[in-house]
Amino acid sequence: MAVRPVAADAGPKPVFKRPSLRERIKSSRTAWLYIAPAALIMLFVTLFPYIYQLFMAFTDYRVRNLRFNLLNPETWARYAPPFVGLDNFVRILTNQLTIENYDFWRLLLFNITWTVANIVFHVALGVLIALVLNSKTVLLRRVYRALFVLPWAMPGYVAALTWRNMYDDRFGAINQLFGVINRLIGTSFPTDTRWFVISEPPIGGLLSFLPLAFYAVLLANIWLGWPFMSVVATGALQSIPKELYEAASIDGASGWQQLRKVTLPLIRPAMVPAIMLGTIWTFNQFSVIYFISQGNPFGRTEILITQAYKLVAEQRLYGVAAAFSIVVFFILLSFTLINNRVTRATEAYDV
Amino acid sequence: MSKKLKGVLRQIAIQLFLLLVTAMVLFPILWVVSLALDPRDIDKPLELRLIPPGASLQSFRKVLFEPFNLLCRDPSNPATCMKFGGLLRNSLLVALGTSLLAVVLGSTAAYAFSRFRFIGRQAGMLFFIVMIMLPTTGLLAPLYVLLSQIRIGSEPLRASLFGLVVAYSSGFLPFAIWNLKGYFDTVPKELEEAALIDGASVTGTFVKIILPLSVPALAVTVLNSFMTGWTEFILAWTFLDNPSRFTLAMALRSMQGQFATPWSEFAAMSILMSLPIVILFFLLQRYIVSGLTIGGVKG
Repeated sequence: MAVRPVAADAGPKPVFKRPSLRERIKSSRTAWLYIAPAALIMLFVTLFPYIYQLFMAFTDYRVRNLRFNLLNPETWARYAPPFVGLDNFVRILTNQLTIENYDFWRLLLFNITWTVANIVFHVALGVLIALVLNSKTVLLRRVYRALFVLPWAMPGYVAALTWRNMYDDRFGAINQLFGVINRLIGTSFPTDTRWFVISEPPIGGLLSFLPLAFYAVLLANIWLGWPFMSVVATGALQSIPKELYEAASIDGASGWQQLRKVTLPLIRPAMVPAIMLGTIWTFNQFSVIYFISQGNPFGRTEILITQAYKLVAEQRLYGVAAAFSIVVFFILLSFTLINNRVTRATEAYDV
Repeated sequence: MSKKLKGVLRQIAIQLFLLLVTAMVLFPILWVVSLALDPRDIDKPLELRLIPPGASLQSFRKVLFEPFNLLCRDPSNPATCMKFGGLLRNSLLVALGTSLLAVVLGSTAAYAFSRFRFIGRQAGMLFFIVMIMLPTTGLLAPLYVLLSQIRIGSEPLRASLFGLVVAYSSGFLPFAIWNLKGYFDTVPKELEEAALIDGASVTGTFVKIILPLSVPALAVTVLNSFMTGWTEFILAWTFLDNPSRFTLAMALRSMQGQFATPWSEFAAMSILMSLPIVILFFLLQRYIVSGLTIGGVKG
């Protein structure tokens, strides 16, 4: 398996001779002792379920099979799920699931669009605002900095439920805000938009696969996500030595040139891993989609992870859901591998 | 144009921009606050007002002291319904338990990965990165099966708060170990070597040198794992059967009615649930960037 790039140990090679296996086992003992408590709990509660999930992915696991107990041979014959080979995977990829509005490739396309759009806005807004607040002459910058982390500090779960209510068509704050704007400046925006019902795309052409609900959840997730990028960018900005700017301005670099040639290259090492982490988080951003749009209209704002959850919670197709998670994992893995090639990002984690 | 005038104009432009951002950041928060203060407990909030007429803390009182009539063992008997105190106790137990396990197990394992070269190290690190990427939703069913089969006394581990703590912390550990290891890597090895030469034990250097120097990363671990336990909803909703074990996150979700949302109470509850997290966040804020390994610029 081509996993070498994610292998974390990219440290300097030891100069001394490789010790014998016996010595290595001996010196490993302390390390294993330290790992044992975490390893024990993870073996049982993380690794075992993952392996079990792998097994489930190749079976037609349903509600009745929940009684199947590996440790209890009496249950084997009666409740063992039937082995179906790659059938679950084939059904997932060729859209043969009995779920309404299911289309794997549309889900994938939407999931990627959702992730890219979010990350672009998070990073652009985050860096822009960090830059603005980095200038010492700006008044009240401490106040702004404190206020701007609020969306990040608020529990994401509570924020998602709040946004869901803000988009309520009659009692939500968004439609009422349009009402206030209409009264103030005499415009006539609709004030009864049903954000998650309208299926007519607001922007046609290439973007016509995105319903209005997409922009609504995007806005909510931008609200939630940009402060994190901004804080990371702020930290990186503060670590840039002032001398570099002085040197640049002596050489006659304009503000714009300083930004492009000094600032952006120097915050890049901090931003790249943040973007990578942000991408994985956003790709799997469950609560915003699940609690706000619920995949509406017609499953067109569903992402892979919410679909996987619905397979478990609503359809109770455990085998299919397990296969689904594995598909999602391979998508993320290939993303990480490609990203690693491009940026060598994970290597930065190891000394 | 004089330099001073230019500076003033620039300041005004920047302030206008920042005020706009502030308005957008605060809008949802202020909306929730104004709903929570509304004494009419309106089921149809139809206007935007920062301070509603006759603002009061009534909805807070209601949330804090009256039973939640959707979380009852016996729906016909209000005495069996959960109150805020009980929910808070459960949430605190779960959140504190999760963060304790995450910090203790996470930091010891991360220490080994950072400081020792041992058999299985590379495989271990790879395993964590894989875990961080694997979506956990697929685990719902296997975890349910597994935790149902382990019994504490007469009931399955699944239905207990301890079961939730174990599930949350093990789900959180890969990230915690990975992040803590990244941070421990930045602590200079020379400090420990000096201590070891002076006769300190490995455990001694870990506790007295590594841990005190890694407060930021530990703070991030505490904050995030506490938050997981405090706000997680899906596993709790699937695993717990007995309402006396229910958590605040479950109560908040139950208030989001299909047909009628008790707006003021929902808002008051949101605020009560967010406050501890926001306070914890601001207390630990100076550590948060540096404590995420990604904040440390390594180039």
